[in-house]
Amino acid sequence: MSCGFLSFSYLLSAVLLILSIRGLASPETARRGNILGMIGMAIAILVTMYSPMVTEYGWTFLAILTGGIIGTLSAWKVKMTSLPQMVAAFNGLGGLSAVFIAIAEIIAGSQTYLETSLGLLIGAVAFAGSMVAFAKLQGLISAKAIVFPGQQLLNLALAVAVVSVCIVFCLNGSHSLFYILAGLAVLLGLLLVLPIGGADMPVVISILNAYSGWAAVGIGFSLNNTLLIIIGAIVGASGAILSYIMVKAMNRSLTGVMLGGFGVNNSKTRTSGETENKVAKSGSPEDAAFIMENANKVIIVPGYGMAVAQAQHILAEMAKDLHEKFGVDVKYAIHPVAGRMPGHMNVLLAEANVPYEDVFELEDINREFATADVAYVIGANDVTNPLAKTDPSSPIYGMPVLDVEKAKTVFFVKRSLATGYSGVENPLFYADNTIMLYGDAKKVTEQIVAALEKK
Amino acid sequence: MTDIWTLLTIFTLACFIGYYVVWGVTPALHSPLMSVSNAISGIVILGALITAGTDVMNLPKALGLVAVVLAAINIFGGFAVSHRMLLMFKKKKQAENKNRETK
Repeated sequence: MSCGFLSFSYLLSAVLLILSIRGLASPETARRGNILGMIGMAIAILVTMYSPMVTEYGWTFLAILTGGIIGTLSAWKVKMTSLPQMVAAFNGLGGLSAVFIAIAEIIAGSQTYLETSLGLLIGAVAFAGSMVAFAKLQGLISAKAIVFPGQQLLNLALAVAVVSVCIVFCLNGSHSLFYILAGLAVLLGLLLVLPIGGADMPVVISILNAYSGWAAVGIGFSLNNTLLIIIGAIVGASGAILSYIMVKAMNRSLTGVMLGGFGVNNSKTRTSGETENKVAKSGSPEDAAFIMENANKVIIVPGYGMAVAQAQHILAEMAKDLHEKFGVDVKYAIHPVAGRMPGHMNVLLAEANVPYEDVFELEDINREFATADVAYVIGANDVTNPLAKTDPSSPIYGMPVLDVEKAKTVFFVKRSLATGYSGVENPLFYADNTIMLYGDAKKVTEQIVAALEKK
Repeated sequence: MTDIWTLLTIFTLACFIGYYVVWGVTPALHSPLMSVSNAISGIVILGALITAGTDVMNLPKALGLVAVVLAAINIFGGFAVSHRMLLMFKKKKQAENKNRETK
């Protein structure tokens, strides 16, 4: 096989893989893009297998088959609410794959020390960090920020140790240093993600996603493989941009998230005198059904609580009843950080058969709350808190929020008046136009649907 | 052997492509974006195949084979879960048809 054929195939594959991301610009082209991506990947694998670089087929084929079966089965079985865990686990495996390649390269006598150790380092951090993120999302360990005194100092010391061991290894190429480097990087990955709390997970997953890309770049440099470099860079860029979008949507700094402990300092209930004596009005699901069926426009604001209660299907049914029986205009408003990964709410709503034309992003719908009769907030809290606009001393000040208070009536489906993840009290609960619907998101919505269908 | 500067050039240009392509992705599809990028980051399988593709069974080959399995999980799992998600995104008409079917 000529070198030209290999290069041409890699180029073709790179173009197809880029198109698979490009397709995601709209839901209409996304499926075609995904298929182009599969073709691109298949070309890359087949051509590499066929090239003189690979001379043994039995074991390699068996390995691809094993991974393929495990991957496909888990992708087919996973529940959409557990999507974030699965993406975290996949990120981790990608990182671990890079670690094994790097170690194998060094044992086999590779001289590209710097590139290989970068691949190893980033891969190991991505692997360890993703495992912690997975454990937190899956509920294996507490999702709360785990902090201890001296943590940041320890992380700093570890980072310095990693860099120095890396430099020494590049100078003398001692294999034992390489293994020490791997161990240190795993430890660093664990410690970096432990102090990060549940609602910051969208940022963490995005960062780890970026790492798995950068690790591929490192391996690409060490193996002189342009396709690895190109695709690794694109995945890295994707993760970096998503983290940026998430961090902005929370009005936090990347370092703030990484240092962790958000909500820890504010966890003592902040009862400012103003809200202390106020009473929140509560209503019954039947009241809510009555008000909504007489409305012209209802905007639904789903949050992570909706996903936890698995209320998306009954919610979609409520919207359908309101629209079909009572002619109400129903829309959905999504805050960028609702859910545990970017775009999580959109997928859950799509799963419940909500057409994507009815689902709007924050900046596209925020002005419409003023003309809405009802805002139905289900399982969301911090992303509606008006203090983010008015109280500079609040930890969430400056975060873009949904202007639900501008609707004529606001329904909050919540178990209690407890604060959200940020630990900040939401004054909206006590507003004159707010009615609390206490209870489980799914049960309350079911009761509303029952009331709507009686008529 | 490709010159390091050629590789760096390719890398830099790829970063720019990634930047513009990713900003073009609609926010509604950010979850599929993550799983597709999961899938394509499985491109490290090429490195794994090259390490695993030697005739002699030794430690590097064994490590390479494990790396192939892990990367393949990423590729197949990533594309499959993206496909599943993308099938769910429907326009109004399609969603109505689907609703009728399930009833």
